[in-house]
Amino acid sequence: MIELRDLAVRFGNTEAVRDLSLEVVNDEWVMLIGPNGAGKTSVLRALCGLLPFDGVARVDGRDVHTFGRRELARLMAFVPQNPATPSELTVAEYVLLGRTPHLGYLGVDGRRDRKAVANALERLDLLPFAERGLGSLSGGELQRAVLARALAQEAPILLLDEPTTSLDLGRQQQALELIDSLRRDGLTVLSTMHDLTLAGQYADRLVLLDRGTVVAEGSPTEVLSAANLAAYYGASVRIVSDEAGLFVLPTRR
Amino acid sequence: MAAVGSAEAAVRARGVSRPWRFLAGVFLVAALLIGLGVGPVDIGVSAIVESALSHLPFLHVHSPLSSLDEAVLWQIRAPRVVLAAIVGGMLAIAGSSYQGVFHNPLADPYLLGVAAGAGLGATLAIAYGHVGHSGQLLPLSAFVGGLAAVGATYVLGRSAGSVRVVGSFVLAGVTVTLFLTAIQTFVQQQHSNTLRDVYAWILGGFSTANWSQVEVAAPYVALSSIAILLHRRMLDVLSVGDEEATSLGVNVPRLRLVLVIAATAGTAAAVSVSGLIAFVGIIVPHTIRLLVSTSYRAVVPLSFVVGAGFLVLADVLARTIVSPAELPIGVVTAFFGAPFFAVVLRSARTMR
Repeated sequence: MIELRDLAVRFGNTEAVRDLSLEVVNDEWVMLIGPNGAGKTSVLRALCGLLPFDGVARVDGRDVHTFGRRELARLMAFVPQNPATPSELTVAEYVLLGRTPHLGYLGVDGRRDRKAVANALERLDLLPFAERGLGSLSGGELQRAVLARALAQEAPILLLDEPTTSLDLGRQQQALELIDSLRRDGLTVLSTMHDLTLAGQYADRLVLLDRGTVVAEGSPTEVLSAANLAAYYGASVRIVSDEAGLFVLPTRR
Repeated sequence: MAAVGSAEAAVRARGVSRPWRFLAGVFLVAALLIGLGVGPVDIGVSAIVESALSHLPFLHVHSPLSSLDEAVLWQIRAPRVVLAAIVGGMLAIAGSSYQGVFHNPLADPYLLGVAAGAGLGATLAIAYGHVGHSGQLLPLSAFVGGLAAVGATYVLGRSAGSVRVVGSFVLAGVTVTLFLTAIQTFVQQQHSNTLRDVYAWILGGFSTANWSQVEVAAPYVALSSIAILLHRRMLDVLSVGDEEATSLGVNVPRLRLVLVIAATAGTAAAVSVSGLIAFVGIIVPHTIRLLVSTSYRAVVPLSFVVGAGFLVLADVLARTIVSPAELPIGVVTAFFGAPFFAVVLRSARTMR
């Protein structure tokens, strides 16, 4: 379980995140939404130790500051919005990097690590690509390789920053279905999300941030209201809902 | 499950590909034998092997060589070949590590000012110490100068802030290099009689090689090469950038510091006994990247082996082409290395 209390992140004099409190229970998929600059990414980066912060962040009741760097990486796998994918590395080599927190400082990967990599590749249908260079992959395949690396990390918590950026609509749905299916193996997911309709369809719970703090929280139908989106996004939308889910449709004023 | 098994093999395959390992080993051994055999007195391979065996206890092999040839082989050629090998290996492995640490394909072992510092140290020793281009004081002052320059680069690079660490270290290295080169040029101007000695040292070479130089350089080269070798997997992790490496549980600043110290100490030791030899640190790692693999698991160990063989062969050319005179080895590495690398670059493009 992830627990944030009064989280604050500062960049110089600007507060990217302030008074933010949030809980994510095990096996839940919570999505952070909010306008540009609301602090969504900073929350993820603070949680996994990439940004200094004030306040309390606990995972399974333990303060994240008390975890060592490697321990933290075994607990949470972080996928940034634009991950570096060195074009010369093969898919297998790249996914193997996910095993880093499980190896000693100067350790060399063993059978167990190669097996974890092979399993991650199989899980994401990447086995035929194992020996291909990352530079030769399409956007969708690359996204799967990045997820495979996170999966090989074997961390119970997955932090995803905009996992569908730069994917076409079909690939976006595939990526989200994939993440949803991975959760069946017991994975807690905290992600940011740009597309509100997709967010409403895949998240268990939405947390709407504005100017660094939580302004609305709850089920998609509770959070995605025309009033909320007008107030915080300055957007004019109509919310349509039917048996297939909830749709956020922009309307021209 | 067969597919999963083959994926496991794929994960394993690239770093330690056997044929390439074997080929690199053969290249090094061949280079060493050529280095020992070729010269004014030609000594055959079997004679070299038998003579080597005769020096081992309990084998009762008798050397086929005259005592003069024995001396040529073991007191003149062997230290020269061994020194060229450890310097070449060191420069190549240091180059591969700098390229990984600074995410810069053009990074070479001299990036952070080692060359300028060592050059200034050597110039001061020649100008004020009257040491000529041999003697023990020269390597020592080159070594100290190189380390001091990198220390200055490190302090300057750190003070530039932590936001863009990589760029600020490279810029600091350039600054220190320019500053020290200016001082060196000034000292040289004031002592124009030393120009020839300084120039000979800067161009580099092994004409004065002896066992005591090997003893000076070998411990540093061994320690720093082993340290870099142990970090080869970590260099792969660095390829995804500082932030992602951190999120994988790596202490990036500490890792970078350890690798820079290792590569620098080894380079300074190598430079102190050989002078400045350009090109090896860039060309050897990149040849391996183009031909074998871009993973540092392959690049790091193969760089040492191939770099060692390459410099031994370059030294053979340096002392035979215009024999009995010698060419500066830096001229040879660049003159033969550049066209060779051009060929590799072209053929690698069509191969992939």
